[in-house]
Amino acid sequence: MSAKVAIVVFVILVLLHHDTWNWDNKSLWLGFIPAGLGYHALYSIACAVFWALVNRFAWPHRTESWAEEGEGR
Amino acid sequence: MTTFYILVGYLTLLIGLGILSNRVFKGTSADFFVVSRSVGSFLLLMSIFGTTMTGFAIVGSTAKAYSNGIGVYGLMASWSGLMHSAVFFAVGIKLWAIGKRNGYVTQCEFFRDRFESPGLGYLLFPILVLLVIPYLLVGVIAAGKFIQPTTAGLFPDAFPMPPLPNGNPHPLSGGIPPWLGSGVICLIVLFYVFFGGLRGAVWANTFQTIVFMVTGVIAFYMISKSLGGLREATESVAASDFSSPRLSREGMMGKLEFLSYAFVPLSVGMFPHLFQHWLTAKSAQSFKLTVVAHPIFIMIVWLPCILIGIWAAAYLGPLGEGQSPNSVLGRMVGQLVHSHVLTGLVGAGVLAAIMSSLDSQFMCLGTMFTNDVVVRKFGADRFSDTQKIWIARGFILAVVACTYLLALALMNSAQVFDLGVWCFSGFAGLFPLIVAALYWKRTTAAGAFACVISTVLVWSILFYRDIIAAKPAGAASDETLIFGLMPVALIIAVSALSLVLVSLMTKKPGDDTIRKFFV
Repeated sequence: MSAKVAIVVFVILVLLHHDTWNWDNKSLWLGFIPAGLGYHALYSIACAVFWALVNRFAWPHRTESWAEEGEGR
Repeated sequence: MTTFYILVGYLTLLIGLGILSNRVFKGTSADFFVVSRSVGSFLLLMSIFGTTMTGFAIVGSTAKAYSNGIGVYGLMASWSGLMHSAVFFAVGIKLWAIGKRNGYVTQCEFFRDRFESPGLGYLLFPILVLLVIPYLLVGVIAAGKFIQPTTAGLFPDAFPMPPLPNGNPHPLSGGIPPWLGSGVICLIVLFYVFFGGLRGAVWANTFQTIVFMVTGVIAFYMISKSLGGLREATESVAASDFSSPRLSREGMMGKLEFLSYAFVPLSVGMFPHLFQHWLTAKSAQSFKLTVVAHPIFIMIVWLPCILIGIWAAAYLGPLGEGQSPNSVLGRMVGQLVHSHVLTGLVGAGVLAAIMSSLDSQFMCLGTMFTNDVVVRKFGADRFSDTQKIWIARGFILAVVACTYLLALALMNSAQVFDLGVWCFSGFAGLFPLIVAALYWKRTTAAGAFACVISTVLVWSILFYRDIIAAKPAGAASDETLIFGLMPVALIIAVSALSLVLVSLMTKKPGDDTIRKFFV
């Protein structure tokens, strides 16, 4: 995953946040969690997975080595 | 008294942490201000998470879910899971790298050099301080307001209160009054920050984050058990006319409002206390765990609170006149979990969430004053390391004293809590400045000034309309929206536009500066 792919997936995640299809959905998942809440809980997990992939495939190696080369106080 | 002893035991542990961190303290200003840039993955995650989650992540989320239903999770928690990590990754790592190369400790130092403008540093300093102080006030007031009902009835002789007009005893009678509770919390935070510096804050944050996450989960389990289980608790919400609308977002919030909440978490990009925490990282690798675990940690804290909030709407029904939704969590614990131990633990958890933000904020104000005002005015060689540490300690002491006195004056003003939301909007309004400083070489000092000044102007006008100006009789008391959007959307739009237009019209920065700040 390059930085460009990461940005595209990020934008898709932003769009997926706006789940208007769940707006008036009062059904319950697993018998206790409202659909709109369950969706966003899964969304949080998806975000964590996304950031794990970004860390793995789009890590800013250049920034990292640039910092390590530099002099600090 | 068990509840009280648990709270005292918890606060004593924090004092112990302060003493311990002081023993490890190396005596240098770099150790006091940025922990010698030595913080690893786990401590960075816990300290950053503890700093971004205030007491309202527990008490406020439950209250907001009681009032507005399950959509509150989407408004605040899931947006923050995406946006906070994005800011840590795209802004935090870059700032850490620049800070490490150039030895920066505060935001103003960075902006001053990036835009070759000492004036920008002087302009930003008071703005950042003024935006942090109300945020501090919210924590100090919340601590005092929380301790009083938690300890109600324990000290009837020392802290009696007159009966209610209907003759019933006052429900807060015998509780530790807010002036004392807030004072004790200020003193304890002051103690471990004063002696341990940012290391004390990092250690305390780690401990406190564990406490508030664990107690939240325990409270959730006990409350759901008392309501007959998860399924029964939520089914009771669906069965009540008052609570059932809270199972969805329809009628509870607007779609544009829901969307524009995305801008609020961007405020973390300009929090001076988070900037300082980023600089403590040992390496860029330390950020990895924070970026991934942050959305999950938010879910662990927020999901139970949102469910307790909607269950409370069914269990408690509409609140009476003068009763605040902020009391909902305390009432659910008090009425459903008949355990002084758990009440004490939940109390410790709420205080942990409050204090884990207060410490970093106190610390960053001391750091900014020392480095951006005193060292800047008198020169870096004028003071020894020890003197710099004592200057910072002196300023932290003064800030704690001023915050405490202000908190006493505003203790009964509900508007202080609205002020907290406006602080977030102010910091978010400055977000385009940090993004441009890191990613757009063409940004100029004049563009940066335009961005800061336009943010202050738009923010001040909207703040005046919402908080200070008298509202017409019958006007809605809900959040101010502009064309259905949160005000922060307008502030960011104006701020970004000013920055871009003025930068394009003025001379670009020199090559030396570009080489210094870009890979």
